[in-house]
Amino acid sequence: MCADPSTLEGLNWWLCYLTTVKHMNLYTSVFTVLLLLAIVTPCILALGFGGAVAKRSALMPVRWVGMGYTSMVRGVPDIVFFMFVPIALDQVFEMIRHKVLCSDVTDPIWQGNDFVVCDIAKLPLNAAPQWQHDAYGFILAVIAFAIVFGAFAANVIDGALKAVPKGQLEAGEAVGMTKRQIFTRIHAPQMWRYALPGLSNLWMILLKATPLLFLLGIEDVVYWARELGGAKTSRFAYPHTDWRLGYFLALLVFYLFLTWISEKVFDRLKLRFGAGVAI
Amino acid sequence: MTNMKSFLGALALGVFAAGAVSAAGHSVRMGTEGAYPPYNFINDAGQVDGFEREVGDELCKRAALECTWVTNEWDSIIPNLVSGNYDTIIAGMSITDERDKVIDFTQEYYPPDPSAYVALAGADVDFNGGVIAAQASTIQASYIAESGAMLVEFTSPDDTIAAVKNGEADAVLADRGFLADIVKDSGGELVFTGPDVAIGGGVGIGVRESDGELKGKLDAAISSMKADGTLNALIAKWFDGKVTNY
Amino acid sequence: MSCAEAFSNYAFRSLGYGERILPKADITLCEQIALIGSGMIWNVYFTVLALIAGFSFATLIALGKASSNPLASIPAKTFIFVFRGSPLFIQFFLFYEAFVLIPKVAGDIDLGFVQLTVETRWFTRAWLGALIVMFLNTSAYSAEIFYGALRNVPKGDLEAADAIGMNASQKFRRVTWPTMLRLAWPSYTNEAIFMGHATTLVFLSGFPAWRQAGDALYYAQYLAEKTFNPFVAYPIVAAFFIVFTLIIIGGFGAMNKRLNRHMAPEARGKLKLSLNVIR
Repeated sequence: MCADPSTLEGLNWWLCYLTTVKHMNLYTSVFTVLLLLAIVTPCILALGFGGAVAKRSALMPVRWVGMGYTSMVRGVPDIVFFMFVPIALDQVFEMIRHKVLCSDVTDPIWQGNDFVVCDIAKLPLNAAPQWQHDAYGFILAVIAFAIVFGAFAANVIDGALKAVPKGQLEAGEAVGMTKRQIFTRIHAPQMWRYALPGLSNLWMILLKATPLLFLLGIEDVVYWARELGGAKTSRFAYPHTDWRLGYFLALLVFYLFLTWISEKVFDRLKLRFGAGVAI
Repeated sequence: MTNMKSFLGALALGVFAAGAVSAAGHSVRMGTEGAYPPYNFINDAGQVDGFEREVGDELCKRAALECTWVTNEWDSIIPNLVSGNYDTIIAGMSITDERDKVIDFTQEYYPPDPSAYVALAGADVDFNGGVIAAQASTIQASYIAESGAMLVEFTSPDDTIAAVKNGEADAVLADRGFLADIVKDSGGELVFTGPDVAIGGGVGIGVRESDGELKGKLDAAISSMKADGTLNALIAKWFDGKVTNY
Repeated sequence: MSCAEAFSNYAFRSLGYGERILPKADITLCEQIALIGSGMIWNVYFTVLALIAGFSFATLIALGKASSNPLASIPAKTFIFVFRGSPLFIQFFLFYEAFVLIPKVAGDIDLGFVQLTVETRWFTRAWLGALIVMFLNTSAYSAEIFYGALRNVPKGDLEAADAIGMNASQKFRRVTWPTMLRLAWPSYTNEAIFMGHATTLVFLSGFPAWRQAGDALYYAQYLAEKTFNPFVAYPIVAAFFIVFTLIIIGGFGAMNKRLNRHMAPEARGKLKLSLNVIR
């Protein structure tokens, strides 16, 4: 039915239009966003936990790294990180690979403005299929998100560790637990309840930072919405005027829906974590 | 902490070890914008399409290169070339001295295209003092910035047209080839107006300065397309019968 | 070009003073610092004005949400949900698209001593349009923070106010409001910081730059594109923002001290920036 779009009218036109490959890309890019969230969340928690532990470390240099990391990210807008971190990481990775894999090449890596590494040091290789390039870009984006939001999570978790009542920890000492046991069996498990409000806020911030993915060159919902919404001349199979307003309204609804679902989930989590605890 | 360790381990493996097998054949990544019809755009099948897609594919065939197409936002298209994310820029980019200082260009595959103003029909545009829209980081934007006119910059070509339609800007300055379709489609709402402005040279393929070999191959392929008339035919096909004599 | 010249040419470029043509080639470090610094003027402008304007509106919305009258609470809740639940990035775009639809007229307002020409065209300019979006956005976030604080105002304090015969307005001005502010202040500080960071989105989406007058990130992007080197321009933006953030923390910290001055030392709310990543 959709073979010749110029003959279509009304409902059929819309049916065909909304099922073009480009629209399918828009729909699947929803999963890109969800996939990012699914992968980045454990990374954020791990980095946050690591950062919080580092901040409390007995070793001064480790403590400084922890403090430096968490306060740095607080001071700088996330967008600046996103514009900067992926390019920097990419070049660092390629430079290391260049040094390891092409140690015989003597040409400098920086030639004027050009950043040149040997062919086999490229990430991914030039000949690699497009999905590998996409996946690599996606990994860089995940790292950038994890670094930024990990610092916020470290702040939240650090605060939660401090909020665990002293008496609980002293009780551990009283029954003869080692420092390590106290941390793994009492301090860390108790902390989650206090961290939950902060982490749920962080999740909401993360949700609303995902449209910035397209700045990192990822073909996410915003990319496809802009692409599809832009005016199409008669050169295209489905010409239309500037429809970006419509597409962005749809995005707005999508994000409101995500927020709404998240609120429901966190309400339930709060009940579970709060169970059996006297307040 | 084991979580993080294994995560970093997996990452290191992926990043530093994978893909150590060397690749066969010379593959080239073609960078384009994908939002500048008829030069390049993304068609309804989600593929890069347009004049430059056809030219590029033909060039790759003649130069025996394996080409893949990549899109990138216009304002970061040169930085991403020099940092090696792709190997060519084939995106309707005019050859200018300023750009030539940082990257190299092949010979032109499209003749110098005068830039033109488009405004609402019947509008009285002051080209030296009025509000003129242009896409950021284009030769048109620097041209307006240096003239007396008030420059409004938008990130995408679509936005510049929208700005003229809704009265934000008095006129838009862009490549004539890009504007022609839009004027034709507007049903008289938008018209070409004022003088054509000759800025920039012809359109060439941008390559890294350190990539002399690729530049040589592409130059040779462009020459052969010019010699047998295929390039003239493609230009006529995509630019409304435009006649060129390569 | 000397450094002093670079500053005299570009330090106020974002306001339209100084050299009109942006540097093109052989860009010096001084020029980069001067240009990005001039862009910071806009970031500070949006942050300060949006926060000041948003403060009272947020109080109103918070009271609305806490109200038992559905006519007040439902609009307030909806407002907060929509602005907190969707990305600022998309809000900018949608508002810009809406503002361009306003018919363009100009009118004179006679203030007695001075005649002002007001144009509806101004809505599509960043200085007004983006400011409105930021104002609404920060109002929603602050309102949620104030609402949370409002619910935590100690019952005893309110009963004490009743007991000494305060009327409703006295009770609000002298007890409820100051206590709410004291409780909300640490989170509100966070909101101010995030707000400052979010101003970098203004010229990135929706609002166009006129005469190449933009914010810090706009110039950083311009410079990164002209020098083909993101490793200078973006760190400069980062440095500017770290200073800006420190100033915000300093100012809000001083205010926090003042709000807590009557409290017993151990009951004072510390500006604990850790547990309250609220946004």
